[in-house]
Amino acid sequence: MSAILEVENLEAWYGRTQALYGVSFAMELRGITTVLGANGAGKTTTLRAITGMVRTAGTIRFDGKRIDRRATEDIVALGVAHVPQGRGTFVDLTVEENLRVGMYARRDKSTVGMDFERVYRYFPVLAQRKRQLAGTLSGGEQQMLAVARALMLGPRLLLLDEPSLGLAPLIVQDIFRILKAVNAEAGVSILLVEQNARLALELADHAFLMETGRVVTSGPSARLAADDAVRRAYLGY
Amino acid sequence: MAAARFAIPAAVVLALVLPLLVSNFRLFQFTQVFIYAIALLGLNILTGFNGQISLGHGAFYAVGAYTGAIMMDRWSVPYGWTIPVGGLICLVVGFLFGIPALRLEGLYLALATFALALAVPQILKYFEHWTGGSQGIVLSKPPAPFGLPLSEDQWLYLVTLAVLIVMFVLARNLLAGRIGRALVAIRDNPLAAEAMGVNKALYKSLAFGVSAAYTGVAGALSAVAIAFVAPDSFNVFLSISFLTGSVIGGLATISGAIWGALFIQFVPNWAQAISKAAPWAIFGLFLIIFMYVMPFGIAGGLRLLWNRLTRRRS
Amino acid sequence: MEIFFQQVVSGLATGGIYASLALALVMIYQATDVVNFAQGEMAMFSTYLAWQMLQFGWPYWMTFLVTVSVAFVLGLVIERVVIRPVENAPILSIVIVTLGLLVILNSVAGWIWTYIQKPFPSPFPAKPIHLGAVYVGSHDIGEISVMLVMLLLLFLFFRFTPLGLAMRAAAQNPVSSRLAGISVSRMLMLGWGLAAAFGAVAGLMVAPIVTLEPNMMGGIQLYAFAAATLGGFTSPGGAVLGGFLVGVVENLVGTYVKFIGTELKLTVALAIIIIVLLVRPSGLFGRAVVRRV
Repeated sequence: MSAILEVENLEAWYGRTQALYGVSFAMELRGITTVLGANGAGKTTTLRAITGMVRTAGTIRFDGKRIDRRATEDIVALGVAHVPQGRGTFVDLTVEENLRVGMYARRDKSTVGMDFERVYRYFPVLAQRKRQLAGTLSGGEQQMLAVARALMLGPRLLLLDEPSLGLAPLIVQDIFRILKAVNAEAGVSILLVEQNARLALELADHAFLMETGRVVTSGPSARLAADDAVRRAYLGY
Repeated sequence: MAAARFAIPAAVVLALVLPLLVSNFRLFQFTQVFIYAIALLGLNILTGFNGQISLGHGAFYAVGAYTGAIMMDRWSVPYGWTIPVGGLICLVVGFLFGIPALRLEGLYLALATFALALAVPQILKYFEHWTGGSQGIVLSKPPAPFGLPLSEDQWLYLVTLAVLIVMFVLARNLLAGRIGRALVAIRDNPLAAEAMGVNKALYKSLAFGVSAAYTGVAGALSAVAIAFVAPDSFNVFLSISFLTGSVIGGLATISGAIWGALFIQFVPNWAQAISKAAPWAIFGLFLIIFMYVMPFGIAGGLRLLWNRLTRRRS
Repeated sequence: MEIFFQQVVSGLATGGIYASLALALVMIYQATDVVNFAQGEMAMFSTYLAWQMLQFGWPYWMTFLVTVSVAFVLGLVIERVVIRPVENAPILSIVIVTLGLLVILNSVAGWIWTYIQKPFPSPFPAKPIHLGAVYVGSHDIGEISVMLVMLLLLFLFFRFTPLGLAMRAAAQNPVSSRLAGISVSRMLMLGWGLAAAFGAVAGLMVAPIVTLEPNMMGGIQLYAFAAATLGGFTSPGGAVLGGFLVGVVENLVGTYVKFIGTELKLTVALAIIIIVLLVRPSGLFGRAVVRRV
């Protein structure tokens, strides 16, 4: 099986402060991997490093091509969608305009119509609120919009940063269900940063644990979920 | 900064010795530099340390200058008194102006002060009875006291230097202490500052007042040194020069005021020497190049350079 | 009554010029928090280029199109070459750079074309037009029409084209835009280009009235600031409306309030700025900045 994402010895800095100290991992095509760890472990930084939002050293390969020295917009255009923490909604644009922005950098424009349909099917509430200003949507709806916008790119790799943050459990379940569907139907590989370890480990097939900028353990999610010591120490239950 | 321990006394010594080395005209130029430096320090306190952008400091300069001129011309007050009085009046005016300014931020404050700067020449011409209208007021340069063997220009140079040193020391003490920290806190995070008990309204208005006082002192000095005041010298370009000088010198620094003053006094002359046909184009080029090379001003650039040199040693 | 109507139309005409320049200022401010002090001088310089083309004997409307295009490119180039190197510097430093640009453009224009006033032709006939029972200046009507067409085109561009949407997105939320694959730097360049183009239109429309000289945009830039303040610096639509309003108010005040002669006309702009800032700083349509902690 080929790797959709390969990260080798990734280091990252915010200004002069180092945040990642040699992170290495690989993701299989069509896989779902979750990154776990306490606050400040470097999970968000890892996602940001992949889309070129912070200063890095080391190698990042997407589908065999190096992306570590490239500009964010170029990486995205290659097919990497990133749903950031806080959702990054365009609050002054309508829901539909948000989706159109999502498809701006899309390579294959011919299947856009199909993707609009698919997105409205996954998130019917967005279809209802098409013409509404995105800033007037609730938190859960904005999260759905953020995921939908990322899907409009037609990505092959989807990065999600704490999609469950601040959302009601029912909505979180909805979103996770849709992520599973997207992975199964469209073959989108998913790299998920989550605090809600239980849900994340249920969804993902692989997981790795980070602590202060390093990967401390990794493996199939079933093994990590079953490992008592790891569980208690890092996941709190 | 360790260099300051050498640099400042050295600079003062050099300044004291200057009258023996250069012509009266050059001295006059340096007197002007000192006057601008005091004005720029005032602006720096407000815009650099407290984050309130003012495009209207020419107005306070004018108030200081005209206060001094009227006192000397109408009531024959000795020039020594005009300087503190000019400063005091501007302190009050500035403070009062700071109160409505509390509601305005960033761009909007800049616009309001810009409007003020534009209005100044008109207002000065309107109150002809006091200000002498468009003709202005002509004064005479005071001679050196006690029969000292100094020319008028040399004496004024030393007086201005003395005032400069006093104002700079005052500013350093103000800014290094609690008040300075409060000002900077308000600039960087007004909500957090208020939450920590800093009386934002009081400090912001105070900053305006003190800033205006400094610029007023500079204005009063300029009336004495140039021996002439007229409305058109206090137009909007003066205010723009002040802001330009502050930024080029280095906002939120004290030394920046001196660098900025040197820039606005001498660079236009250099530009003229380089090109008689389009001197302002050269000046504009200087502005742009300085901001490219030193986006944090000359003081900022020097600090970066110093850091880079000292880091190599350690 | 007839005079009133004529003055309103005249006011709308000058207002259109203010609206154009105000729109340029607000477009750049919205995207970058920088006030481009050189906007007026860029417009003046473009107008001089047009004058030169007319001297070569080119027909007016061709000159118009070429000038607006050249101004667009000029805006692009200035953003890429002059502004981009300092885009991460403090805002005031960038503002000083635009001041430098202002001074350079003014000086170079004076150097190339001298400071002597030059007449500039209007493409509209000198005969007044009959509107019902009233006569209004053709230049005024023509100029309002040109402005409305340009504004309509811009609105359609922003509303209905992907590039226009991308530009709006980039101005509102640069980080999210980059995550959507939009090159924010390129959008910024285009923004400067569009702003410069609108500035050029303002210059071309005003030059026949005030005659062409390097300092011609000074007073107009002040009125554009008043217009943007009135309409709201965060609202392009507001800036346009503000422009038309300011033009009408200026004209009516000039006509009906007798002690405001032409010298004190600038006072009207100042008064508008001060009043708006005292009463409602964010302008009629601007949004007050809500800061979340």
